[in-house]
Amino acid sequence: MLKRRIIPCLDVKEGRVVKGVSFVDHRDAGDPVVLAAFYNESGADELVFYDITASSDDRNIMVDVVERTAAEVFIPLTVGGGIRTVADMYRMLRAGADKVSINTAAVLNPQLITDGAQRYGSQCIVLSIDARRVSPAGEPPKWEVFTHTGANARSTGIDAVEWAIRGAALGAGELVINSMDADGTYGGYDIELLHAISSRVTIPVIASGGAGTLEHLYEGFMSGGADAVLAASIFHFGDYTIAAAKTYLRSRNVPMR
Amino acid sequence: MSLAVIDYGAGNLPNVVRALQNIGAPLTVTSDPAVVAAAQAIVLPGVGATRDTMESLAKSGLAPAIQSAIRSDVPFLGICVGMQVLLDDSLEFGLHPCLGMVTGTVRRFPDSPTYKVPQIGWNEVYVTEPFSQHSLYDGIPSGTDFYFVHSYFCDVIDTTLIAGTTEYVTAFPSVIIRGNLVAAQFHPEKSGSMGLRFLRNFVRNIAHIECEPKHV
Repeated sequence: MLKRRIIPCLDVKEGRVVKGVSFVDHRDAGDPVVLAAFYNESGADELVFYDITASSDDRNIMVDVVERTAAEVFIPLTVGGGIRTVADMYRMLRAGADKVSINTAAVLNPQLITDGAQRYGSQCIVLSIDARRVSPAGEPPKWEVFTHTGANARSTGIDAVEWAIRGAALGAGELVINSMDADGTYGGYDIELLHAISSRVTIPVIASGGAGTLEHLYEGFMSGGADAVLAASIFHFGDYTIAAAKTYLRSRNVPMR
Repeated sequence: MSLAVIDYGAGNLPNVVRALQNIGAPLTVTSDPAVVAAAQAIVLPGVGATRDTMESLAKSGLAPAIQSAIRSDVPFLGICVGMQVLLDDSLEFGLHPCLGMVTGTVRRFPDSPTYKVPQIGWNEVYVTEPFSQHSLYDGIPSGTDFYFVHSYFCDVIDTTLIAGTTEYVTAFPSVIIRGNLVAAQFHPEKSGSMGLRFLRNFVRNIAHIECEPKHV
């Protein structure tokens, strides 16, 4: 049986992991390669590096990080952040990434999804969507796509469910659905959002934003219909180990590796 | 003497090479049919579509070199699309011929309301009885999870070649073995420690090729 996946996500800035990973007892817990190896050994099914380096001049540092990771860690690695062109995709894939994740660049230029998929295959192209609920309470839920992840996020007027469906049709191989409302709350994923999308597309959906407990992971899979969950703080801060998460989910009949 | 890893532009080539380097396998990356023809063992990586892969192999003259090596029972490992192109033909983007080294057709997973296509993720490989003692599986129990990414699978006619099966929509062959010919639908280069073990077992079976001890 195909397993549901747990995917730790590491934010990397100028070659260093930011938002400290507090539980790793190692002299260099800020080294993404060390953390990638650690998560691999603790049972992570895949890894995501999200490059938050501001300057494109520093992007070469990420290429080096990806190369060093790919030489040591043999599970799927996705790289996101700052990927705007097919040439950017090529650099990361050549360096050892198995997939690239695109977000703002895909909204600004949807053809990028198709170009990347035709060149490298849909399995390489992960469309990441930042969505915020815009419907007033009591009305049917509606979510809008935002670009430029972070404090300066910009509204687009695009419906998130429609964008997810279109992204799949354009050639994306997987979707990361990040709820901006839930992100950082530890209150659980936006299950309605996940369900609205996972019930409308035939490609895998990865839940992101809001996980604070193992029950939240379970809800993401079983109620949200997610094929995988992306999680950062819940693991980085040592609240739970991946092994503990898997034991819990297995006990609730979620297929785990 | 070394292992020839065929470079025809496959997306996973660099990571297949990294995994083989990690286990200390001496290798040459090549797109030269003459080097392939003279190789002691061959690895054919693959990601993407069988049609594009066949076009690349035909254009570069690699197809006949691969066919003749397999006919001579040179140790060969096909990975993912590198497995699929071994069959007679494929239905991906319309019926087209493949290398014809294994009887059968590459088919898309049947439509199903409960299964997404492509299959992406970790799934179990069950070792078939005739191959339960095969050295390719040394240290790899039946039911071990490997990482898959594919929409099409090999519908192999001669079931005696099927050395591993996996369930997704239907039970499909995930490993085939015939003499020195080995092919896997999953990506050993992305399947963690068990994937590396699978590669090491393949390399270890090749006479005269030894991994560097520090890695073994």
